[in-house]
Amino acid sequence: MEPLVVLLPLFGAMLSMPLSRVAGAKASEVLTSGLLGVAAIYSWALFFDVAIGGHDRTRVLFEWIGSGAFQVDWAVRLDTLSATMLVVINSVSFLVHVYSMGYMKEYGETPRFFAYLSLFTFAMLMLVTADNFVQLFFGWEGVGLASYLLIGFWYKKKSANDAAIKAFVVNRVGDFGFALGIFCIFYVFNTVQFDEVLNAVRTNAVATPFLAAEGAPVRQLTISVFGADWHALTIIGVLLFIGAMGKSAQFLLHTWLPDAMEGPTPVSALIHAATMVTAGVFLVCRTAEIYEAAPAAAAMVTLIGATTAFFAATVGLLQDDIKKIVAYSTCSQLGYMFFAAGVGAYGAAMFHLFTHAFFKALLFLGSGAVIIGMHHEQDTKKMGGVINLLPLTHIFMLIGTIAITGVGVPGVKLFGVPLGTAGFVSKDMVIESAFLAGADGRAFGMFAFFMGLGAAAMTAFYSWRLMFLTFYGPSRAPDHVVKHPHEVPSTMLAPLAPLALGALVAGMAFYPQFVGDKSVAFWNGALPGTGAAVEMVADAHGGDDGHATEDSHAAEAAHASGGLAAEASTSEASTSKASANAADEHGSEHGSEHGGHHVPTWVLWAPFAMMLLGSGAAFAHYSGRNPLKPGLLREGGMIYAFLKNKWYFDEIYDRLLVRPALAIGRFLWKAGDGRIIDGLGPDGVAASVAAGARRLVKAQTGYMYHYAFAMLIGVGIFMTYVLVRAGGGQ
Amino acid sequence: MSDLGNALSIPWLSLIAFAPLVGAFFIMLGRATARRTDAGVIAPEAAEEVDRNAKRVALIFTLGVFVVSLFVYGAYYDSSLGDYQLVEQASWIAGVNYKMGVDGISVLFVLLTTFFFPICIIASWRSVKDRVSDFMIAFLVMETLVIGVFCALDLVVFYLFFEGSLIPMFLVIGVWGSKGEKEFGGYRMPSRVYAALKFFLFTFIGSVLMLVAILWMYAQTGTTDVPTLQQTAFPAGAQSWLWWAFFASFAVKMPMWPVHTWLPDAHVQAPTAGSVILAAILLKMGGYGFLRFSLPMFPLASAEFAPVVFALSVVAIIYTSLVALAQEDMKKLIAYSSVAHMGFVTMGIFTGTKQGIEGALFQMLSHGFISGALFLCVGVVYDRMHTREIAAYGGLVHRMPFYAFLFLFFTMGNVGLPGVSGFIGEFLTMAGAFRVNSWVAFFAAFGVILSAAYGLRLYRQVMFGKLEKDGLMAIADVDARERAMLGVLLIFALYLGVYPYPALSVFAPSVDLLMTNFDAGLLARAGG
Repeated sequence: MEPLVVLLPLFGAMLSMPLSRVAGAKASEVLTSGLLGVAAIYSWALFFDVAIGGHDRTRVLFEWIGSGAFQVDWAVRLDTLSATMLVVINSVSFLVHVYSMGYMKEYGETPRFFAYLSLFTFAMLMLVTADNFVQLFFGWEGVGLASYLLIGFWYKKKSANDAAIKAFVVNRVGDFGFALGIFCIFYVFNTVQFDEVLNAVRTNAVATPFLAAEGAPVRQLTISVFGADWHALTIIGVLLFIGAMGKSAQFLLHTWLPDAMEGPTPVSALIHAATMVTAGVFLVCRTAEIYEAAPAAAAMVTLIGATTAFFAATVGLLQDDIKKIVAYSTCSQLGYMFFAAGVGAYGAAMFHLFTHAFFKALLFLGSGAVIIGMHHEQDTKKMGGVINLLPLTHIFMLIGTIAITGVGVPGVKLFGVPLGTAGFVSKDMVIESAFLAGADGRAFGMFAFFMGLGAAAMTAFYSWRLMFLTFYGPSRAPDHVVKHPHEVPSTMLAPLAPLALGALVAGMAFYPQFVGDKSVAFWNGALPGTGAAVEMVADAHGGDDGHATEDSHAAEAAHASGGLAAEASTSEASTSKASANAADEHGSEHGSEHGGHHVPTWVLWAPFAMMLLGSGAAFAHYSGRNPLKPGLLREGGMIYAFLKNKWYFDEIYDRLLVRPALAIGRFLWKAGDGRIIDGLGPDGVAASVAAGARRLVKAQTGYMYHYAFAMLIGVGIFMTYVLVRAGGGQ
Repeated sequence: MSDLGNALSIPWLSLIAFAPLVGAFFIMLGRATARRTDAGVIAPEAAEEVDRNAKRVALIFTLGVFVVSLFVYGAYYDSSLGDYQLVEQASWIAGVNYKMGVDGISVLFVLLTTFFFPICIIASWRSVKDRVSDFMIAFLVMETLVIGVFCALDLVVFYLFFEGSLIPMFLVIGVWGSKGEKEFGGYRMPSRVYAALKFFLFTFIGSVLMLVAILWMYAQTGTTDVPTLQQTAFPAGAQSWLWWAFFASFAVKMPMWPVHTWLPDAHVQAPTAGSVILAAILLKMGGYGFLRFSLPMFPLASAEFAPVVFALSVVAIIYTSLVALAQEDMKKLIAYSSVAHMGFVTMGIFTGTKQGIEGALFQMLSHGFISGALFLCVGVVYDRMHTREIAAYGGLVHRMPFYAFLFLFFTMGNVGLPGVSGFIGEFLTMAGAFRVNSWVAFFAAFGVILSAAYGLRLYRQVMFGKLEKDGLMAIADVDARERAMLGVLLIFALYLGVYPYPALSVFAPSVDLLMTNFDAGLLARAGG
């Protein structure tokens, strides 16, 4: 039964086009959406069974690749991590399917569009339910394909085609690292199965790399690759993270994401906000054991994540295209997730991934409603006053905005749960985790904390800027648009309601499970330091000192998964502090000493203050009658140009990589193949045996046979002669 | 027992190999008996009939051979064994035997061959209009020779088939190739003749060296029996030069960089069916040769020179991928991409790891389906527009949605998307390579980025954008015949991509045996 949750979207993808020929476009829209609806309901059922009920399981379908030790199955692995992703993917995908029925109405070609959407969903589900690295890679590339197809959906537009190719190729740069990471894992562990690899890391088992004379405990293992000696888990972690950077549009490999907005808006909501771009975060969390044992790799995750959170927010400040603003905001929020994972707060990272799916999909789909309503206008400078035209859409966007900016009441807890929107709860958790990790000496923890705070202010600024430019103030749209705004069909507005609900309460509702006092039972071994695995580690390392009590496991687990220390697990943590510290060196690697730190009050209030600062600035500047008046950054200024041109990444890459590649290709072809190889080889030979060639040149096609025949005879005679001679000589 | 008895009493491999020759004979017979005019030329109406019959005979024979080969594979081939099977032997001259047999390394290439020939006949059904019966004869003869290459278990027999297969391909390119002229050796000649000569020059020079090596081995051991020679330990010094002699021949056939430049020309000039056979089958003879001869017979030299092969392989992957990025001719682009993909094969083979070798075998098989299909795809639009120039197309998806789907599938296969067969070979060879030398895997993986770049660039320029070029406005989508050909290839590529077991499990026993012998060969030296 379980495989159905993955396969239903695939059936939809395969049937959509054929069905439309028989029964029309509407039928395939309904069918694909219906199948997704079933899959979504099923995934919630699985979520409660697997994540809440603790019934982890793996269903193996059949063998995929088997070559010696390289054994890979098609499998559906259900644990809390994948079950969480299942509900996010299937729910958002279902809502986006329904939304697209309205959004795509006037664009046509819906069977193809829905087939792609369902195909994407299938690939994404394969990615998260993999029980090995290669199936994950299958899903990884599959979502890349679907993303390529959907970004380029309007294939007549050159910009859409360019963006599609860019997305695919930049992602491939990441995949390059990811694939090498998988090869490296295979080299070290002689397997590509998650369980075997992660267990080996967890228990510090002895690993013997291929052809190595002798093995070593894997956490201490050094291997020689790429001309240097590396700590094995560090190089693996770095390589895998390069893959994550590509898929999740992190700093340096982010350039494709803003361009990807060429795709239809529902695509942006599903793929480039809620699901696909979070695959990188998922990968890091899935392989968290590796990062826990490779501090340098984790530091890289933190550094890149924090940089992205800040960088993308700065660029988001000056965007005018409504979708691009939301796109940069996505990029920035992904950065939050990564630095949370980087500092070891995997629970917080997944929590933010989960809540972000709600409010970001809401913002995107709301933007889509605005775009439709405004006659396909995306430039916020040409909007204003849309609140009068689309009041309902405005409410949804407002909810999305208070969620992403993080409106809530800091420092107050009701029944142990913070009070605030989804973005408030999870983002504050991420930022506090960074602070705690930083205070604890974890690399780049403080950097991440401050970058996160800065980004929080900018998030509030550009989010409100979007709201003001779009919805409030006098209208700057042409008359005919204002008088006759496009009707936004109910199929587009209905899906916004559940997302809005999630944006408001998902943070509070799932706080205890993701990062709070129920987190150990919830994650149940899917993240480091949770579940049965903890006991194994304790037995292996600290079992003999008598301090490895059940308490310390729980505390250690809570810290590692949530990174929230005392704040989250209160008295338990402080009582267990002593034993946790004494337990063993492994315990300290998991950051158990956090146990003693309390989050200072100013840290609790800082994100909120930054939000107020950013919002205030936006109010001050954009609430007036002329929101387009020049602000601090003036057009023509250097900082303005720098941000407007997105830190010049596209230009740099074009000059440094794209154009040289094309030029080198042309050069190798003409000079390498043409002048050198052929010039010295066949052409040169031909010139020197021109006399022989003279006769050949005159050859009419009829003579070709004669030459061929001569060749045949010649070979035969030569062979026979030599063989007989040689035979006679024996 | 009765099965075994059957297998022994009927020389199945020879039957499969030589049946196409019988077909060729029938076509000649048909032509000889055709009604002639007073001048001795075949009467025009009769000529038409001769051509029609030639096509039918060719199709019947190639299809028949395919069916029989499948039957023999299903009924008599035991894929759990690693050693040679269906062996037949007859003495010939002076210690040289006519000996045929297959194992896990060769048997699927025989099937690939018998599968692709009927496809090529169908692909040429309408597009070849000149000298149709000659064309069909050339293809039937070629099929015999190629099957012979994969079955031969005697060096001399192998050499004859190997060299012989040059000739029909030489003719197919030289006679039925496309138009255009080219300067060569100071003279102008039709480009197709240039391409045919280049093809011949490269491959022939390579194989002469191999011939010398074969003769030397024969002089030393008094036998040209392949299984015997595989067990013979040649001295290290001799292994080195023998290895290079064989290498010269196989490297050209692969083709490896820098002896690859014949391939783009040959592909561009060859008619569609010629390109398909060239890409799907003939390129595989080089890789097959490495596995059948170089590795088992010269293990020391193979280990010693593996770094050279790695270097050439990664240069091929990156160099030709970059060159592919700059191409303006569809076929040339795919040809260069073939060279890059064959780079994975040579890299995988010389890793000497199980994943490397099985990945290389799988890559050859998969590349057969995918590149064969890509050349058929180019043939589809070439038949309609008579140009291969990328710039002459654009926006085809508007008029040819089904074609766009097929082309996309095979492009993605070529790009190495998981789920399509192309992925498995690439991934396994790189996984194997990483275990031996991480830099090799690093550079090879770089090619994976580039393959996406040139593959999608081609696809975009041909398929997407506005449909505005003259002559494209009325272009028709793929017809039933084209759909059937490409559809079958799609099913194979997809099936093997999702469930490669039927191929990998056949390779495994023979690859295990090969590796055991290879290691023994290395140890024997170390011990002695």
